[in-house]
Amino acid sequence: MLHLLVLTPIVLAIAILLGAPARKSAFAAGIIQFAASLFALLSYDRTKNGFQFASQWTLVPEWDLKYFLAADGLSLVMLLLTGIVTLAAVWVTPKIEKRENLFYACLLLISGGAAGAFASQDLFFFYAFHELALIPTFLLIGIWGSGERHAAAWKITIYLALGSFVLLLGLIDLFQALPIAHRTFDMVRLQELAAANVIPSDAQVRPFFLLLIGFGILVSLFPFHSWAAPAYASAPAPVAMLHAGVLKKFGLYGLIRLAVPLLPEGALHWMHLLLILLVGNIIYVGLVTIAQRKLDLMLGFSSVMHMGYIFLGIASMNVIGLSGAALLMFAHGLSIAALFAMAGLIRQRQLSLSFDSLGGLARPMPFLGVTFGFAAFASLGLPGFANFAGEVAIFFGAFKNSGTGLHFSTMQIATFFALWGVVISAVYMLRSYRAVFLGEPGKSLASWSDVTGTARWPILLLLGFLLLAGFVPSYFLAFITPTIEALLR
Amino acid sequence: MYPVAPITLEIIVLVLGVILLLAESFSKSEDKSGLARTGIFVLVWVFFLTFFTTSDPGALDPAASMETRSFWGFYTADAIAMFFKRIALLTTIIVLVMSIEYRHVLARFIPGVSPGAGTGEFYCLPIFTCAGLMFMASAVDFVMIFVSLELVTVSFYVLVAYMRRHTASLEAGVKYLILGALSTGFLVYGITWIFGITGETNLALIGAKLPLLTGSTTPLLFGLMLILVGLGFKVAAAPFQIWVPDVYQGAPTPVTAFLSVGSKAAGFIVLIRVLEPFLGAPLLAPKVGAAIGILAGLSLVYGNLAAMPQDNLKRLLAYSSIGHAGYLLIAVASVGNDQGSFGSAGVAVAFYLAAYLLMTLLSFLVMIVVANHSRGDDILHFNGLAKRSPFLAFGMLTAMLSLAGVPFTAGFIGKFLVFAAALKQNHYILVGLGVITVAAGFYYYLRVIGAMYWQEPVDDTKIRMSFLTRLTIGGLTLAIFVFGVFPQPVLGMLDDHRPATAITLPIPQVPVPPAAPVY
Repeated sequence: MLHLLVLTPIVLAIAILLGAPARKSAFAAGIIQFAASLFALLSYDRTKNGFQFASQWTLVPEWDLKYFLAADGLSLVMLLLTGIVTLAAVWVTPKIEKRENLFYACLLLISGGAAGAFASQDLFFFYAFHELALIPTFLLIGIWGSGERHAAAWKITIYLALGSFVLLLGLIDLFQALPIAHRTFDMVRLQELAAANVIPSDAQVRPFFLLLIGFGILVSLFPFHSWAAPAYASAPAPVAMLHAGVLKKFGLYGLIRLAVPLLPEGALHWMHLLLILLVGNIIYVGLVTIAQRKLDLMLGFSSVMHMGYIFLGIASMNVIGLSGAALLMFAHGLSIAALFAMAGLIRQRQLSLSFDSLGGLARPMPFLGVTFGFAAFASLGLPGFANFAGEVAIFFGAFKNSGTGLHFSTMQIATFFALWGVVISAVYMLRSYRAVFLGEPGKSLASWSDVTGTARWPILLLLGFLLLAGFVPSYFLAFITPTIEALLR
Repeated sequence: MYPVAPITLEIIVLVLGVILLLAESFSKSEDKSGLARTGIFVLVWVFFLTFFTTSDPGALDPAASMETRSFWGFYTADAIAMFFKRIALLTTIIVLVMSIEYRHVLARFIPGVSPGAGTGEFYCLPIFTCAGLMFMASAVDFVMIFVSLELVTVSFYVLVAYMRRHTASLEAGVKYLILGALSTGFLVYGITWIFGITGETNLALIGAKLPLLTGSTTPLLFGLMLILVGLGFKVAAAPFQIWVPDVYQGAPTPVTAFLSVGSKAAGFIVLIRVLEPFLGAPLLAPKVGAAIGILAGLSLVYGNLAAMPQDNLKRLLAYSSIGHAGYLLIAVASVGNDQGSFGSAGVAVAFYLAAYLLMTLLSFLVMIVVANHSRGDDILHFNGLAKRSPFLAFGMLTAMLSLAGVPFTAGFIGKFLVFAAALKQNHYILVGLGVITVAAGFYYYLRVIGAMYWQEPVDDTKIRMSFLTRLTIGGLTLAIFVFGVFPQPVLGMLDDHRPATAITLPIPQVPVPPAAPVY
């Protein structure tokens, strides 16, 4: 089952490069991935919990290095996110004028890399699969991007390469911090070791710092965020959807699965740094977002800003906060993917995404107007959408943490700042909605046609799951919470 | 006839070289590339023969005395020696494939009565170099090391300056000759110092005597530093890198490839062998380690930063080769307690070199094919290669990714092993420099990828190449990915590595006197 999820896009990407019909193969990969992830989620035995669907193939016996796929509740939710966004991304892709094969192959490699990273329970492959997306992103933005595409492609690639090598050092350091008898790449074993608390507390400090910075660069943690917005603004819509929606969640997933459970003392040691940086994400990047005058850049910065909430959930280090963080990862992935998809659809219909030249789109394009409104409201955390459930759980979790005594703890002060982020995101989301969809019709429209027919389906798919997770978050939390409990034990 | 003694391999290669030289002088054919094809055929056979050799009884038995070891202890055939012999053979085979593809360029720059005249030696000399490299892999005595090193270097003097009508090639030849002779001088001078102090040229005996020496360590260290200078030239480590860019750019491209892989591999095997006894001596180890660390740091920074502004791919790869010497030196500096890590630092060096062989030779091979059609090897000439020949572009992409160190390629496993070894020894500064320079490396390697995939081609002519070349490019590309996911075969070859010098002499172990540390 998991092999199907991971290998289908990679195999089909190679097939496309060798000449298979590009769009059909990519579409097939999207459908298979979506169906397989949904089926895996439904057939997961929740009475037993833990890792299921395990299968492995040993590669280097001395290092205990193996290709090892298994999934627990957290992995499955992330895999479902991968499946949904991949299908939607392939679906909304417009006709590619030049080198269609290379485009779809690269797109599928990003998706396969993300799925592999979420399904691998071996440190080596967990890391390596994420890197699979690096070069396809470079090519996709550089060839098919818009605006300053070359500069953006360079920036994201160099930044992420640096981040991933810092992360590599962190992972090696984590491995070598383990007592010699317990050294393993096996993440299932690592989870058991986390429960046994085998790493002495002074040995936890350096690996946690390296992991925080390494994963942090990949998730655009302030002040390492400057690669994200220009890259997403320049990238073709499907690439921005997959990267901002799915791939960026890898760093957060890694912090939840590895750094916090295995190195809790290290986390406490660096807690103040983390809190300062995440408040920077929310307040500083939030204000930067308000100042943006173009829709694509605004969305890029907003996705950076929302990472701050998830970092806050991780910093809380309790079950409520971490579960909220995981739920928000899922919800944010869907909402930002929907927003980028629609920004791409608007881009096809006019000449510029600048707020000055847009306006009044809601009248000629009622479908886009309504769905963009839904996604924007979801993104700013309106009740009824999954983002709301996630953010509330994060705020509760963070505020609850270390709240003894008469004074507010640093964590609680950080939570106060984070709450202001909700106001900030309301300001920029509502302002941009007014600028794009309401008011006088803009000057730069090339076409007034609304999104019709089957082109509506990918957006409805994303919004449907967003609403589903918003109305019954308990269904998804039933997968996430036992995993978090097992990790924090 | 199987299995054969290890020394048979070198003998076959030497005899092959002599026969080909003779055949060349009697052959009337204008196209001399048949010599190279014969060479390739025989070397491939020898390559397979390396897997069917008897183990050298002397080398594997630590208790064997010097007299019972083959060649009076000059020669060993342990796992790491066999591994480097395979590296030498594989490199030579691929270099010969390159030479065939390069023959038209060569003919343009060789004066002769007919096209192709005077090019025969170009296909024979690499075989002698190969024999030298194979001897060097087994050399555990300074005499043997020096002789085999000279066999390699002298053939390179000729090969670098081979294109007699090409001023850049001649310039490269002169530079390489002068600096090579200088480095040889340093090496010999260093060897004499060490011989003067220990009275031995055999590394095993030196290793056994070092702990017994009393008095100042300064003369020993001085001798070792001289040797390091000499070997620093061979492996292209900063600050002895001054010859590298010009020689690499001027030499015929197959020779450049041979230099960057063969010369580096040989330099590193000698470095490992020579340093092993010194790193085993408690008084010397920290200072030797620090010296290597300084070389590593300088090479990393210089090589990677200087590669960034280069517009000529050959020159870019020259600087990148200095950078890779830096990563390899990190591993050499991290030799030490290996318990619970990923094999020893020696394994890291060997694996890194194997990966470096695959990716460097692949990039040079693609470069030769492209340069045949574009008449130049600037990055500019690679513009739009993905449209002209997706196959070549993918090969180059793979080589660049592996050089940069992207996962699922052999180059990544090499970097992974190096960083693991260095973190284990807490070499923070080296690791920090390593990570920053990896990011710098991404910039210049991806520039090539950007040129191939982002830009439009200047001309749309199809690129043709021979079947042999196509096969080699495909094989190297595949090998990079296979060893990137499944490194076990290479690691397995290194598995029974034991220090060649791990013999105990019948000398009573005298406890080391608690000498005052010499600072």
